[in-house]
Amino acid sequence: MSKYYITQNIKNCIGCRACEAHCKSKNDAGEGAYFCKIMTVGPREINGRPAMDFVYMSCFHCEKPWCVEACPTGAMQRRDTDGIVFVNQDLCVGCKACMTACPWCVPQWNPRTGKVAKCDLCMDRLDQGLKPACVTKCVTGCLQLTTPSQASEARRQEVAEQMLRP
Amino acid sequence: MWYASSPAAPAMLACEYVANQKNKHGGRSMKKSVYTMCGMCTVRCPIRVESEGNRVTWMEGNQHLLGGALCARGAAGIALREDTQRPQHPLIRDGERGEGKWRKASWEEALDYVAGKLKEIKSTYGGESIVISSRGGPWQGMYKTLCHALGSPNYTNHDNTCGRNTHHASLSINGVGRKGLQYDYKNARHLVLFGRNLFTSLLIAEDRGVIEMLNRGGRLTYVDVRFTKTASKASRFMLVRPGTDYGLALAMIHQIIKDNAYDAEFVDRYVTGFNELCSFVEQYSPAWAAQECGVEEQSIIDFVREINEDRPRVIFHPGWNLSRYNDSFYASRALHILNALMGSIEHEGGLFFPKGPGDCGVKGIKTLDCPKPDIPRADGCGTEYPYFEKGPGLAHLLFEAMKTGKPYPIKAWIATRHDPFTCMPDPAKQKEYFANCDLLVSIDAHYSEFGWYSDVILPESMFLERDNHIVVQKGLKPRLALRRRPVDPKFDTKPNWYIFRELAVRLGVGEYFPYETIEELWQWQLEPTGFKIEDFDEKGFIELSSKPVWFDRDKLEGKFKTPSGKIEIISEMLTKAGLDSLKPYESPAAPKQGKFRLVYGRCAVHTHSHTQNNPLLSEMVPENNIWINSAKAAELGIKNGDYVHVQGANGYGGTIQAFVTDYIHPEAVFMRHGFGREVPLQTRAYRRGLSDQRLMSGLLDVWDRSGGAISLCEAQVTVRPANGSDA
Repeated sequence: MSKYYITQNIKNCIGCRACEAHCKSKNDAGEGAYFCKIMTVGPREINGRPAMDFVYMSCFHCEKPWCVEACPTGAMQRRDTDGIVFVNQDLCVGCKACMTACPWCVPQWNPRTGKVAKCDLCMDRLDQGLKPACVTKCVTGCLQLTTPSQASEARRQEVAEQMLRP
Repeated sequence: MWYASSPAAPAMLACEYVANQKNKHGGRSMKKSVYTMCGMCTVRCPIRVESEGNRVTWMEGNQHLLGGALCARGAAGIALREDTQRPQHPLIRDGERGEGKWRKASWEEALDYVAGKLKEIKSTYGGESIVISSRGGPWQGMYKTLCHALGSPNYTNHDNTCGRNTHHASLSINGVGRKGLQYDYKNARHLVLFGRNLFTSLLIAEDRGVIEMLNRGGRLTYVDVRFTKTASKASRFMLVRPGTDYGLALAMIHQIIKDNAYDAEFVDRYVTGFNELCSFVEQYSPAWAAQECGVEEQSIIDFVREINEDRPRVIFHPGWNLSRYNDSFYASRALHILNALMGSIEHEGGLFFPKGPGDCGVKGIKTLDCPKPDIPRADGCGTEYPYFEKGPGLAHLLFEAMKTGKPYPIKAWIATRHDPFTCMPDPAKQKEYFANCDLLVSIDAHYSEFGWYSDVILPESMFLERDNHIVVQKGLKPRLALRRRPVDPKFDTKPNWYIFRELAVRLGVGEYFPYETIEELWQWQLEPTGFKIEDFDEKGFIELSSKPVWFDRDKLEGKFKTPSGKIEIISEMLTKAGLDSLKPYESPAAPKQGKFRLVYGRCAVHTHSHTQNNPLLSEMVPENNIWINSAKAAELGIKNGDYVHVQGANGYGGTIQAFVTDYIHPEAVFMRHGFGREVPLQTRAYRRGLSDQRLMSGLLDVWDRSGGAISLCEAQVTVRPANGSDA
């Protein structure tokens, strides 16, 4: 994956869909297209009690992206510097090969342009030292932009503290 | 770090600067960063807005207060700015009311027209025949000023379908209104919510505080008729029979007294009527509540054990939109009593009196004002109902005066950012009342249903396009705040400080609006404080205290503005009015066979009834559905996702999709408010979904005689599978 990693603290997600709205407001994704999406799981029963959770899904910016391999025109490409996978709109012919190839169907179809676009981790903001729109404006702060090693460290620390909580 | 991770905002001043960036034409672009207040809902979160030329390019929560957080509605602010399906210039009705025939007018013409009509009405019927209404908020002073200056005591607002019961309950017990006490969520150990679905009806600062509390191991006990987002975060969820909240609260009081789980010293010192309370709750045991409310007896007992561990950092939210059942006033009183028993007032993690400039040793701002004329209100608040606060009164009680002309006629209604046809039930019935008015005016940034029906629409600029006067935001750390516009109006719209002043000048009462420009108004307001307008630049607000201001818990005498100066469980005011303080619980009747109690609520992506047509939000949530209990649905042959026909008692009905779930009480069905709109120009929202307030037929007359608010959950509807002949 790219050198970045967006993590979500699911416990803190209230499913408010602000991330979706900020993403759509910033990117002209098109009707019905969401570069990031909150998936509602539930309400369902767990251990006799009702439960509901909200899971954030955007793009994993794979190290060996299926979508880049599938793209016939080179529109879908990967930035060498940080591994961000994005679509060059000028080269996209709207064949949807990337959507079919991606195991999570991450690329989104824009019915107005007849092309595909996807999460680019707000690389224009990253290049200015800022964070992606979804992370910046998440209502509860449950989304974080981090790196795999930092995320691992933070999670291990959290678990260790939980284990030792009186 | 290779990316900026500092929580502080970039040090940008709210002034224009030329960014050292080339735009796509190679020239320099004029970029601005301005702090202002969001206007997509009434929380009015502090935001920072970037703009380029006259276009907004970025909005985020004010980093100093919200760390960048902004909800989905906030995200849609830019879409609202660009939306053409909002009033673009003044409109004067050119056909019948509601026909939708308008002629474009200049501001000069429209303001002259409205002022001319008001003059006529005033000279024929007296100034008191004029009503000005709003949806509340910190700029009510401006609307009240015009109302009073015209000789009318009849300023009103939306609170009759919002917090009036809670407000009157708080007044009767604490001597201060609903906003007279606030809650320190993030430092609490246990938050108890009766129906306050705060992760859906979201208030960003509050939500972040509650998440912080939960992350620190705090508890959340949530009571509702269905499993909501807030329920999903609760450590204890109680699915309650609709209309029985009051009984459950009484059972909690019963168990708390039984377990001595209350602050006896605080009660002894600051609370009267405790002995009467003990006798009163004797019969309302958890075993009784289990039968009546459908909540497990052991759950109530365990809950009380928990709050005994957690007090005084326990908050019972006394209700916000608690205009639900005929005993909501008493339910709210019980919740206020529970807070008193916790001894949590002016304690971290509990309740506090919101502090103002005076509490920080700072002089306050000047505010627009005109004393209320010494004429009784037309809705009877303060006279026929001496225990109803005279303030904004009760809007629905003005309808009777409209119809009968008693105590005097009501002939004009100016609604600013207020839509009676969606705020209150039964718009068809309301139109019969409004037929008695000679003038109906809507001042709003969108086409409200009332606006579409009215005689004149004076379009207000949307929040990104307008300045507003300075307001005080009380709290633990009070501050001064304002709106400063990042961009100019896209259409021929005006800010409300202009509209109200222009009307006042034409009506000969301009002296109450001593300014020509917003800058002059700001300067006039700030004059006693010693602050300058530039002092807002750094953070977007002026902090009046750098540290939270707490009162001494041992010296709260005088803070409770009741006749006795204490928290009154037996309210002298209610007793004088011939009302119970501790009203015996009455079990609500179950809905008749084949009917359901209609319960409504919100959506985190929409605000009440005014965002349904937003280009972004209408795409995300285009319509509402109806929640129905799985067992009941099975009886009716309804499967999840089926289309069903829902009908109210007056014949209004329609078809929407059913969400079949185990997690709603079988007596209730649930719909989100604000859909089924009837303004044809709002093409994205026109007749999509179903209107809950139209299903509430008859409810204009179903209101709480003790609390004043309309009981919005006392309507019953029928639900059946849709068939071919349904619309």
